[in-house]
Amino acid sequence: MVMSVDHVQNLPSHSELKYMLGRRWRKPRFIKRSWLRWLLGVGALIYLIAAVMTVEVNWSRVYEGLDRGWKFVSAFTSPDFVSRGSDIWEGMLESLIMTVTASVVGIAISIPIGLGAARNISPLPVYLICRGIVAISRALQEIIVAILLVAIFGFGPLAGFLTLSFATIGFLSKLLAEEIEAMSRVQAEAVRATGASWLQWINYGVQPQVMPRLIGLSIYRMDINFRESAILGLVGAGGIGATLNTAFDRYEYDTAAAILILIIVIVMAFEYLSGVIRARVQ
Amino acid sequence: MVTLQKEGVMSWRRRTTGRALLGWFGWLMGVALFMYCWQQISASTTWFFVWDAPRVAEDIWSRATPPRWEYIAKLGRPIWDTLNIATLGTLIALCFAVPVAFLAARNTTPSALFIRPIALLIIVSSRSINSLIWALLLIAIIGPGVFAGIAAIAIRSIGFCAKLLYEAIEEIDETQVEAIVATGASRWQVMAYGIVPQIMPAFAGIAVFRWDINIRESTVLGLVGAGGIGLQLSASLNVLAWPQVSLILLVILAAVVLGEWVSAKIRGAII
Repeated sequence: MVMSVDHVQNLPSHSELKYMLGRRWRKPRFIKRSWLRWLLGVGALIYLIAAVMTVEVNWSRVYEGLDRGWKFVSAFTSPDFVSRGSDIWEGMLESLIMTVTASVVGIAISIPIGLGAARNISPLPVYLICRGIVAISRALQEIIVAILLVAIFGFGPLAGFLTLSFATIGFLSKLLAEEIEAMSRVQAEAVRATGASWLQWINYGVQPQVMPRLIGLSIYRMDINFRESAILGLVGAGGIGATLNTAFDRYEYDTAAAILILIIVIVMAFEYLSGVIRARVQ
Repeated sequence: MVTLQKEGVMSWRRRTTGRALLGWFGWLMGVALFMYCWQQISASTTWFFVWDAPRVAEDIWSRATPPRWEYIAKLGRPIWDTLNIATLGTLIALCFAVPVAFLAARNTTPSALFIRPIALLIIVSSRSINSLIWALLLIAIIGPGVFAGIAAIAIRSIGFCAKLLYEAIEEIDETQVEAIVATGASRWQVMAYGIVPQIMPAFAGIAVFRWDINIRESTVLGLVGAGGIGLQLSASLNVLAWPQVSLILLVILAAVVLGEWVSAKIRGAII
């Protein structure tokens, strides 16, 4: 039987075994060094006390709110899809439209950037530029990007579409690049040995290896884009968020519950779809 | 293998004619859908603003630089609040996520027919709704403030942590569990000695990973009034104080990068 290296390392040494002999067995500690364990424990305790002390909770306000909270929970049993039906329909359609366009454009842009950000197939200058783009896109929050883009491009779904495309690039390029870096060189080299051009090499040597993962990730990102599109409306970037915000502001919990139920159902549908498609491509 | 006969020569093809046509039809429908969606976006866009965008962007940039550095003195408390929202929210979420994960995992759930679907429903509803929406809801219920932010982060994180954790539980090595069962251990002893040690590294990794995400999310929770540095951001945006906005954005960026660095270090130490 072959034993992996770390298994061998985890076995106690001879002297340790001798020490353990005749003693009661004790569970091995998660953090082995005892000073580090104590330091982390005490530090965490001090931090927790300080944190909890500084959180101001207005308990009477919370207590008052429990009633409203219960009203909201009970609204889920009687969601109101009708009285704001046209607003909900329009907002949902806009969210879905933003999701589709942003996913298509984002994926189309992130494929070349993902190729560039893989160290094993791209030269260093291209690699650095593409990794830089990925880092910027990942560091900026969607909602902050949306605020800036709304300020620049005006209210409406265009700002939301640009925000989601931008966020898609960071997510997908990074994961695609990691997938390409982990691919098998052998197949790619075999294609190259036939005298294939660079494009043919990518198309027949690299693409078939990463395609299942790319499809899975694209659908996953589409799912994320839909969930994110639900909040972009809060800052005026289009989608269902604006309707949802209005519903909360007017304490129309039955409408809010209807919107939330719709979001959950659509996300579940996406998840089911992605499960089916991933099972087929893998 | 599919071949095509052309002038008496057999050549290789990837698909049959029917399948190729079907593929093209699929692409056609996809492109049509995309064009329809794009037209919808285009119709609800004021294109004048878009053509004007470079000038506006330049204008905002000139207003926002240089950042108002002295404002940083007022950001200490909001940053502390943001950190607390992320950390306490993650801790509370973990307390709830662990039992939910054990109820949802196929090999530990007490009843696959009744309890597992409920646990999965909790996970999916918590995951589908963004923390900003949870914050909106909680502010309407318990009023604005840090507490609403903590609760929003906690509720959003339960589903995420529970999902990853129950997948880890389902992937454990059953032989170790069997070995513990064979010693005559009780149900809880099997949990503690057979399952928990196996999922502990995954658990720690998930916790740190989610903490990193929560740092990002808690920076913007203030936009809807749930405490943290986002409150300052939205106040500055409302009065168009662009030098303050740029400083706050820089601070948020630094916090996010720092959070990612810390979590990468911890994960590196665990795994």
